[in-house]
Amino acid sequence: MKKTVILGALTVAGLAAGAASAATVDDVKARGKLNCGVTTGLVGFAAPNANGEWEGFDVGVCRAVAAAVLGDPTAVEFVPTTGKTRFTALASGEIDLLARNTTWTFSRDVDLKFEFVGVNYYDGQGFMVPKELGVSSAKELDGATVCIQTGTTTELNLADFFRANNISYEPVPIETNAEAQQQYLAGACDVYTTDASGLAATRASFEDPTAHVVLPEIISKEPLGPLVRHGDNDWGDIARWTLNALIAAEEYGITSANIAELSAAPTNNPEINRILGTEGNLGEMLGLDAEWAKRAIMAGGNYGELFEKNIGENTPIGLARGLNAQWTDGGLLYTPPFR
Amino acid sequence: MSSQSDPLPDSFRLSMLIYDTRYRSMTIQIVALIGALLGALFLIDNTISNLNALGKEIDFGFLSEPAGYDINQRLVDYMSRDTHLRASFIGLLNTLLIAVLGCAMATVLGVVIGVLRLSSNWLVARIMTVYVEMFRNVPVLLWIVLAMAVLIESLPSPRDFRGENPEASMMLFDSVAITNRGFYIPEALFSRSFGNIHFFGDSSLRFDLSLDLLALLAVLFGSIYAVRRLGKWAHAKQEATGLRPTTWHYTLAILVVPMLILLTVLGFHLGYPELKGFNFSGGTYMRNSLIALWLALSMYTAAFIAEIVRGGILAISKGQTEAASALGLRPSRTMRLVILPQAMRVIIPPLISQYLNLTKNSSLAIAVGYMDITGTLGGITMNQTGRELESVLMLMLVYLVISLSISLVMNWYNERVKLVER
Repeated sequence: MKKTVILGALTVAGLAAGAASAATVDDVKARGKLNCGVTTGLVGFAAPNANGEWEGFDVGVCRAVAAAVLGDPTAVEFVPTTGKTRFTALASGEIDLLARNTTWTFSRDVDLKFEFVGVNYYDGQGFMVPKELGVSSAKELDGATVCIQTGTTTELNLADFFRANNISYEPVPIETNAEAQQQYLAGACDVYTTDASGLAATRASFEDPTAHVVLPEIISKEPLGPLVRHGDNDWGDIARWTLNALIAAEEYGITSANIAELSAAPTNNPEINRILGTEGNLGEMLGLDAEWAKRAIMAGGNYGELFEKNIGENTPIGLARGLNAQWTDGGLLYTPPFR
Repeated sequence: MSSQSDPLPDSFRLSMLIYDTRYRSMTIQIVALIGALLGALFLIDNTISNLNALGKEIDFGFLSEPAGYDINQRLVDYMSRDTHLRASFIGLLNTLLIAVLGCAMATVLGVVIGVLRLSSNWLVARIMTVYVEMFRNVPVLLWIVLAMAVLIESLPSPRDFRGENPEASMMLFDSVAITNRGFYIPEALFSRSFGNIHFFGDSSLRFDLSLDLLALLAVLFGSIYAVRRLGKWAHAKQEATGLRPTTWHYTLAILVVPMLILLTVLGFHLGYPELKGFNFSGGTYMRNSLIALWLALSMYTAAFIAEIVRGGILAISKGQTEAASALGLRPSRTMRLVILPQAMRVIIPPLISQYLNLTKNSSLAIAVGYMDITGTLGGITMNQTGRELESVLMLMLVYLVISLSISLVMNWYNERVKLVER
């Protein structure tokens, strides 16, 4: 017994000690690699391709931060995390940045001591059912068996939704998206619920995506964003402004095609100049060099390019921009000014 | 004058703590103890101060907050607005359920396999050897996952039971439905139920105890006691007169009649599962996660128990078997009356640790989504509240208490069956 307690305390002490170490940016530079937590595999957001290289929308954020800090978008060590392990991995210092379609909530921000650096995808929880069931609304799901990823906000939303509508259900808690997919396809559950973007991505990987429908109800707000540990504001700023740079780049029309031209000499738009480092000293303020944002954008393109390449309407996942359009196009993406 | 060698020194010197053999061992032990305590103190202090630095003091207040999530298998009432403590309690009951079911089935399987492995039938003995080697040499987690995958992929889903020409149909006169979500079996219902006794009012540990179940158990144990008394009476009669009275019809009557009367009084009838909407309803629902976990854990542990039983039987000297057959006992009786009772004394102590192993292995339940205490307190609750240290400490305490209780009961049983030495 005593030994167990000591070992347990040792583990916790190790975790806590890891968390308390300061200056993540120095650690990352010394290591020469960014440890980035991603999903265990969700096509479009983060999944290894046929060559074993990670790609996806969340992966794009990791690569942009690595490019900004280290100058090399490939200097990323991807750490697959489940809904359950992700926060421990971040709190313990095993990863420097968590970009794993994680919902920004009050308690995660305040109580779990994390710092959300922004929102890279505005999402909401939805339901997917096989077409043959003939269900057209989530309110018809009385008595259904629902597959659900455990350790996520979806678990709580689901309980609230069914209770509020006074219908019953049978939850089947599952650790990873792959297992959920297996159970859902075998008919061990009638419904699979997770963020609507995740449903679209999962559905795209099915043999016959048209045999499944995503129900119209979106039962929650799920602003998904990358996050870092509380207490290291310099690192948080780097991650936040890298994400903002990607979003601002789309707004100001900086693309991977024209970035070389735009950064060659100062343009007429001082905001673009400040982002690309041809004017002012924003990079120095962050503790990086002047071209940090240029490298971040060149890593995978601006926000819009990342979106179109990984999850946009021309990909198998086929998500519309919707809420994730620029504010100028009626969406919610609105980055603070670079000045 | 006799020379006096090595006179005792008048005064105690500090160096004697190391150089005097009378004190040395004590010195080493005390130094080691202080070292261990300092080490533990350092770790605890380090943990607490680091948690403080993070702004996360140890606080068990989260246990009284609403849990917010649902649990599929609940032996007592629970809804998502109940507290985290209540959710942990549900998980604890699920852990205990799988531990009891698993230990029972592992024992039965283990004893049968262990005995059969010693069979003189070459084929049977070899098959059992293969079973034992296969199960004990593959990690139990893989068996659990395999069992679940087989259940999910090979059995029909409830929607296959629907329609004019269903792909699957119910078994045993439409009373049992075997689906990839689990097994639906008839449930016992009582139309004139005695009701429940409610414990612990409105607290998180509240539960109902069915008086019907208590009555059934009371009658069952009463009958068994009466049967044993009858056996003793027959025995005494045989000793006195040399003739053993025929008792099997009395035995049967004692076992069956009171139970039948009680069931009639309670208005016993069966509730059958029926396909309604998405799922079957009615009947008892044994989830696929429970079945997969139960099968995998008990078959895995049974392999170890089989080896223990085999070892126990082999430990009994061959002379015992020969003496028994010289007395004219058949091989089955030799095993039941002579060998096994003696082998039990060798079997039980290692059996205790197998029960403990099974109980602790049940924490792998999350692999198949079975909501045991590791899944509720150590899984969802820990994740939603972010109280890792508190949850893990509580989990450790719970498993410690369960394990010590099993040890206690089994040690008590061991005391009873062990060889009385004269």
